[in-house]
Amino acid sequence: MKQADIVIIGGGPAGLAAAVSAYDAGNRNILIIERDEQLGGILNQCIHNGFGLHTFKEELTGPEYAARFIKQVEEREIPCVLGSMVLDISPEKVITYTSSTEGLVQVQAKAVILAMGCRERPRGALNIPGYRPAGIFSAGTAQRLVNIEGYMPGREVVILGSGDIGLIMARRMTLEGAKVKVVAELMPYSGGLKRNIVQCLDDFGIPLKLRHTVVNIHGKERLTGVTLAEVDSHGKPIPGTEEEYSCDTLLLSCGLIPENELSRNAGVEMAPVTNGPSVNESLETNLEGVFACGNVLHVHDLVDYVSQEAAIAGRNAVAFVNGQLKHHGAGIPVSVSGGVRYTVPRTIDPENMDDTLTVRFRVGAVYQNAYIDVYFDDKRVSHIKRPVLAPGEMEKVVLRKSDLLGQNIQNIKVEVTQG
Amino acid sequence: MKTEIRELTCINCPLGCTVTVELHDGEPVKVTGNTCVRGEIYAKKEVTHPTRVVTSTIRVKGGAHPVVAVKTRTDVPKETIFRCMEAINALTVEAPVSIGDVLMEDICGTGVELVATQNCPKT
Ligand SMILES: Cc1cc2nc3c(=O)[nH]c(=O)nc-3n(C[C@H](O)[C@H](O)[C@H](O)COP(=O)(O)OP(=O)(O)OC[C@H]3O[C@@H](n4cnc5c(N)ncnc54)[C@H](O)[C@@H]3O)c2cc1C
Ligand code: SF4
Repeated sequence: MKQADIVIIGGGPAGLAAAVSAYDAGNRNILIIERDEQLGGILNQCIHNGFGLHTFKEELTGPEYAARFIKQVEEREIPCVLGSMVLDISPEKVITYTSSTEGLVQVQAKAVILAMGCRERPRGALNIPGYRPAGIFSAGTAQRLVNIEGYMPGREVVILGSGDIGLIMARRMTLEGAKVKVVAELMPYSGGLKRNIVQCLDDFGIPLKLRHTVVNIHGKERLTGVTLAEVDSHGKPIPGTEEEYSCDTLLLSCGLIPENELSRNAGVEMAPVTNGPSVNESLETNLEGVFACGNVLHVHDLVDYVSQEAAIAGRNAVAFVNGQLKHHGAGIPVSVSGGVRYTVPRTIDPENMDDTLTVRFRVGAVYQNAYIDVYFDDKRVSHIKRPVLAPGEMEKVVLRKSDLLGQNIQNIKVEVTQG
Repeated sequence: MKTEIRELTCINCPLGCTVTVELHDGEPVKVTGNTCVRGEIYAKKEVTHPTRVVTSTIRVKGGAHPVVAVKTRTDVPKETIFRCMEAINALTVEAPVSIGDVLMEDICGTGVELVATQNCPKT
């Protein structure tokens, strides 16, 4: 059986940054396993600009951002196997993968970093009976078709769901000469970034209809149109509000879910809200020596944060391999309240913290003039005013090790309250 | 003097700061709400002559992929976006293409280069 100190599953931005940081922390026995024929993950199809401004002080496109990290991996000569799909991770950290060149391979790892990214939510959102004519794609599939295959899936487009990929594709297809008629969003707010509403919809006069959904699909072989309707506060279509749109293409942009079949089978515990592993301050799962970072852990909208998070996982994997990551019991649980849906991490062992620890979270609704509060047990330790908080944007609080160490704190609470 | 206040979303990075511009007779005089200097530059341009970076793909002959990703090296006037797209779609290049290759020196008289943002090796 092959041996490696640290096996990284997935060669997207998370896997790449984890590999570089593990190498820089001194480990020389790392293996990246990537199912695709190239490194870079989903960034290869995100050809628009707006990546990495905070990491590289330069505005890059997705492939350019990926190339920076691929170069760092190549410079360090970190081994990668491409075209290799991981099929199983055993609780003893034996990784089984299959590749066209090597066949079925097993690797015994000392530490594992999960970096498999996420996938698009299936069509569940399209909860309508009847035919499924050709012309219905997920937004990510359309992105791959246009940007990698060079193939335009249609000329008249309706988009359901206002996640970032849907917004980006509205602009992309418009630039390629398609007519994007409308973006419909079930919720009263968009799940995408504000900047994407401005530069992908407003710039081209594409209407965004909030509280709307597709109630009917027309066409048998090929899509010929859809019916939209307004929904009430329970998400139910309101009779009499139906409007027909002719179109040959319907894109579904209904959000992303972490890709965790492998993790689940290995016995990794999942967090209920994120659909990603439940991790501690070191980004370690319930299985000692198994770490997670990037979109497999929780869905990120900013790749810079993915790289930062992955670097932490890489360093901690090295600490684990070196026997420096000590476990002192369960750690302090991080609870949520008010508008906060989840936090990553979910437990904190102050002894294993760096000087500061970034706790990332998302809110469940749009808040204006709200406060982000942090409590250690019953004591409020920070109270930060924020003009706007929205579900589409990941938020953070930063905790200091010196505030937590030796304080015998039983609970940390992150809360968002209306001002 | 006519004073006008405009609220914009900075599109330079995913933080998407809400930026407020104060205009005197159409001239931006004060920018607030931006987290970094790019926000101020963006806001001033946006209220006078808005610009955008155009990203797309061009066809590749004999490459490992049928298309390769490109961008205008810097932002171009917003009203030239569709003309730039026509020029981009009219272009085909031969593999190999490397990241940073200049594929057009001056796209549509904007004085801005079109560069490759992806590698495309030969088949
Ligand atoms: C369709 C889509 C479009 C996006 N668009 C944008 C955008 O426009 N702007 C933005 O800022 N962010 C965007 N994001 C989010 C951003 O790209 C991600 O935050 C970032 O790429 C996440 O990096 P990652 O390494 O966690 O995941 P990924 O980039 O998805 O990388 C995961 C890698 O793991 C590999 N893998 C998965 N399972 C296995 C296995 N079993 N064996 C071997 N390898 C495996 C995959 O092939 C992939 O290369 C998008 C995400 C998606 C899914
Ligand atoms: S002002 Fe700076 S930080 Fe804010 S969105 Fe613009 S570029 Fe990003």
